[in-house]
Amino acid sequence: MQNRRETLKQSAVVAGLLATAGFPQFAHAAFNKAAFDAKSVQDSAKAAGATSIAESKDVTITGPDIAENGAVVPLGASTALPGVKHLMIMVEKNPSSLVAMFHVTDAVEANFSTRAKMGQSSDVYAVAIMNDGKALWAKKEVKVTLGGCGG
Amino acid sequence: MADPMRIRAQSSGDKATVRVLMSHEMESGQRKDASGKTVPAWFIQEVTAKHNGKDVFSAEWGPAVSKNPFLQFAVKGAKAGDKIAVTWKDNKGDTRTDEATVS
Repeated sequence: MQNRRETLKQSAVVAGLLATAGFPQFAHAAFNKAAFDAKSVQDSAKAAGATSIAESKDVTITGPDIAENGAVVPLGASTALPGVKHLMIMVEKNPSSLVAMFHVTDAVEANFSTRAKMGQSSDVYAVAIMNDGKALWAKKEVKVTLGGCGG
Repeated sequence: MADPMRIRAQSSGDKATVRVLMSHEMESGQRKDASGKTVPAWFIQEVTAKHNGKDVFSAEWGPAVSKNPFLQFAVKGAKAGDKIAVTWKDNKGDTRTDEATVS
């Protein structure tokens, strides 16, 4: 069971991932200078707008517990919530964390699977950005025994 | 011109599950060749899907998607006989569209 502090910390991680993944509009809203300057994790999460970015049980990330080959790791992101705008798959410790971003419409289910490369064992995140700007995420740890980036 | 995609679309209830296997190198831009030079990134950047000619979703991909990418999604309201078309475009501007019929 995660406590609140851990949850906030991870929300800050997701906010950071979102900011580095090149979403200027989102980075602006969720990641600002105050968030960098804040001393504690909680302050940073608050400054990053932790109210609008939260872990959610309604978002699911699927993937293996152990991936033997980091070059092909089957990952899936899904949510049953209505009003999803974007669905993203991220690998925290990859050189660029964002793997794929799906722009969801009403004609398709918010459920996508693909295969990703992972350089090393890392947490993988599914992030759903809702129409009202809220970001909901779920994570899973995937252990990689053979890296997929570079020789 | 790149090799064709393999698309399977299967209807189940009120939706159709579509599985796509694309043929693409998906070079990450992280690897180095034998002489130590970085191999330039070459990957699929944009994927769009159409159901009977109407856009159902688009996606932006990074180089972290695996070689010969696999993609699975579900189209609501697609019935047997409907057409599902998938298009990708890579960062060199190469593009390919393939179509399959829902079974």
